[in-house]
Amino acid sequence: MKNSILFCLGFMFFLQVGAQNKRYVSSMEKNLKMMDTCKSAPSYQQTANGFERIANAEKKEWLPAYYVSLCNVFMATTMKGDKIDEYCDIAEKYANKADSLSPNNSEVYALRALIYSSRISVNPMLRGAKFGGMSGEMSSKAKELDPNNPRPYLLQAQGMYYTPPQFGGGKDKALPLLEETVKKYEAFHPASTIHPDWGKERAKMLLDECKKK
Amino acid sequence: MKSIYPISKIILLLFLFVGSERISAQTKITGKVTDGSKHPLAGVNVYVKDSYDGTSTGADGSFSFMAADTGKATLVASMITFEKIEKQVVLQGKDIAINLVLKESSNQLKTVVISAGTMEASDEKKVTILKPLDIVTTAGAQGDITGALKTLPGTQQVGESAGLFVRGGTGNETKTIIDGMVVANPYFSGAPDIAARGRFSPFLFKGTVFSTGGYSAQYGQAMSSALVLETQDLPESSSATAAISSVGVGVGINKLFKDSTTSVGGDFNYTNLGPYYNLVPQDVKMTQTPIFTGGSLNFRQKVDETGILKFYGYVNTSQLGVSRPNLDSTNGYMDNFILKNQNYYTNLTFKDNLNGKWKYYLGASYSYNLDDIKPDNLHVLNSNELAQGKVLFTRSIGNLSLLRFGGEYQDNHDISDIQNGIYHSVYNIRDEYTAGIVETDIFLSSKIVARIGGRYEYSSLQEKSNIAPRTSLAFKTSANGQISLAYGDFYERPETRYLLEKPSLNYERATHYIVNYQVVQEQRTFRIEAYYKKYQDLVTTLPTNLQNLQDSLHNNGSGYAQGIDIFWRDKKTFRNWDYWVSYSYLDTKRQYINYPEVAEPIFATPHTASLVVKRFIPSILVNLGATYTYATGRPYYNPNNPVFLGDRTPEYSKLGFTASYVRKFGKAFSVFVIGVDNVLGTNNIYGYRYSTDGTRSAPITATASRMYFIGIFMSFGIDRTQDVLNNN
Repeated sequence: MKNSILFCLGFMFFLQVGAQNKRYVSSMEKNLKMMDTCKSAPSYQQTANGFERIANAEKKEWLPAYYVSLCNVFMATTMKGDKIDEYCDIAEKYANKADSLSPNNSEVYALRALIYSSRISVNPMLRGAKFGGMSGEMSSKAKELDPNNPRPYLLQAQGMYYTPPQFGGGKDKALPLLEETVKKYEAFHPASTIHPDWGKERAKMLLDECKKK
Repeated sequence: MKSIYPISKIILLLFLFVGSERISAQTKITGKVTDGSKHPLAGVNVYVKDSYDGTSTGADGSFSFMAADTGKATLVASMITFEKIEKQVVLQGKDIAINLVLKESSNQLKTVVISAGTMEASDEKKVTILKPLDIVTTAGAQGDITGALKTLPGTQQVGESAGLFVRGGTGNETKTIIDGMVVANPYFSGAPDIAARGRFSPFLFKGTVFSTGGYSAQYGQAMSSALVLETQDLPESSSATAAISSVGVGVGINKLFKDSTTSVGGDFNYTNLGPYYNLVPQDVKMTQTPIFTGGSLNFRQKVDETGILKFYGYVNTSQLGVSRPNLDSTNGYMDNFILKNQNYYTNLTFKDNLNGKWKYYLGASYSYNLDDIKPDNLHVLNSNELAQGKVLFTRSIGNLSLLRFGGEYQDNHDISDIQNGIYHSVYNIRDEYTAGIVETDIFLSSKIVARIGGRYEYSSLQEKSNIAPRTSLAFKTSANGQISLAYGDFYERPETRYLLEKPSLNYERATHYIVNYQVVQEQRTFRIEAYYKKYQDLVTTLPTNLQNLQDSLHNNGSGYAQGIDIFWRDKKTFRNWDYWVSYSYLDTKRQYINYPEVAEPIFATPHTASLVVKRFIPSILVNLGATYTYATGRPYYNPNNPVFLGDRTPEYSKLGFTASYVRKFGKAFSVFVIGVDNVLGTNNIYGYRYSTDGTRSAPITATASRMYFIGIFMSFGIDRTQDVLNNN
């Protein structure tokens, strides 16, 4: 009898936790679905807000913070001038949060690489060398942490793609990198439905652009 | 079976209970979010803290969502560039209607800043008049900080002596400050009537504040202007640089250690104008080729999140010799001048936050300068030794306001040793100078700030003290526009050469009144400033008492300067073009040193204008730059004119040109630079020298009509220097 009660209480606890976890995953999935359809800053803001609320409730999960950061970088890319930095500042703050929850995570380093490369567009002439270099370092570190993560490969290839040939970049040099990136994407399977899984389309698109010439 | 049934019943009941409570306790929260001026804010994240429940506001700022929790809860509203707010609510199933107002965060551009008299070049602040790289890439400035600042309003085009002549002030009235420490000899020692460059490379600094008046109580002993320079923090990564140019060579290295908290760097530079002078003959006979040899060391360490320790040490020696015809001689006698200079400068500073509210700064510096001069058969040794320390505490009050206080100590030691074989005299003075600083920035809102403070100074040599009040006020008139006012007293000890004769001289003094209006945007800046400056207690040397020179020196001089400075910069209108225009109107008169009456001084002119243009051509990665400067003539002393300083030099005009091309070879970024100063070869006359009897005269001009420069700068690894490469 006692055992049965303990079992039942245990089961209840399990159910509660399960429900909580299920709620977390389903909320994340819902927001990720929203993110896929985002096309403008306001819709990204709405998605970022959603992830922020999850981050705020699930204080031990790194993924919500990761996605708040990601949405903010995406917003930054739709902005101009100083606004880019404002959004990148927030993205960096949440990337740091994700890093503290999940240290030495290849995805978080790739995210940082993305943030740095986004900061270049505030003033490419002035910032190219500095932030390009910092982004490259983050990508290298991300590769080191997980050689199977395709995103750092994409970011490095993309950096090469946009660097003028006079500075040692260009499409010719980006081509082999993108081919490698696409291969990495083909072999990649996210750890769960809510783990990072973006960039494949972009890699293919850039590869097609490189092949055109 | 028997026993399980009731338990599962209990479970069922429990679930029903829990579930039903959830359903019954749902609270609907609705409302609207606006900013301080009641404009609706869209995209605000409104949610219950530590829960999943919340939503984003719509285009009209409204929100509505269901909250599942019960009891006391915190409602949060957050949005980028606004301060996050939290409101306590009680969730008990009853609808809650609540309107929220968000305040703009104070770190936004929208916060008012004290701007009267201040022009800033900084990378850290988003919107400034100049970026540090503008200083390097301004045509005609030849990579000299002073040269670039001379394209800003308020400065005079004084081509025959070093320094910044600001708003009717002499070059001595501008002080240079590096990381809070005064620099006693910021310029290379030069020959009479030949302007010397600044000692410090613009690459050293991450921020430059050029103040043409009304500056903070933190800075003293400058009657007209303060040039406040802040050195770079840790580099982003290790790098090595090399430079070869028409005037010399230089190498440098910066090593960032693995943990990225410590860096060590150094450089060595050798400049020799000999080869250049052989190719481009100078109008003045050089008896000793100008040669400059020097190096520097730096050390930077981040001790924690907020604390940084910086050391900078500099050593340089130089020599030069010129020979000019003696105007009193009819048989070709020449005036000779030979100079050897040694200079050391060290600077050690530490900055940290004590806790959230307190910040402190500690600084120490030692410098030594020796000029060994041989004018004709004289031999003069002038040495200056300066040891100084500074402590500054800052306490923040609320979000924006702050209180700043601290003290400064300077031990100045000057020796002048003069001999000509017949007589030998040594002057030796030592001044222990102490100063106290108190200042507070009070923000009445993010739109209005008042700075009230003062400075107390005491000089042991002069045995005199002073109290200098300083106040400023600034208020926003629109999102990017603001009006700023400043008033203050600025004391300065008389020039060393007068103090050597008579240490008991009083401080010279200027009082500033400034009104400024500016609109600063990322791509466009407009600034207009009007000022009135009153000079008192200037040192006079008349009537001369040859028996006792001491008796000739008094603080009997006075004067005024008033004018308007206008600045306009535009990077927007023409794509890939960037230009700025400066105009200064100056009306000034003074009686000082050997002026028998009040007159417009020889370093001042009513109208000065500059146009700086930069054009970047992305397809070939070439930067082109041109600077045109115009100034009306300046008074000069003609002994044959009964009116004192009644003559004027011709107008001054100069066109400078620079082009740079960037390319990456292997791992080295390389920049090729060519520059021509005074492309048109205009013969600019700064004044005239006269023979004693006034019958013969010679114009004072630059040593050559044009100056050419060609150089290659290489950088290996990634650091700030590369930014220049492609700066437009």
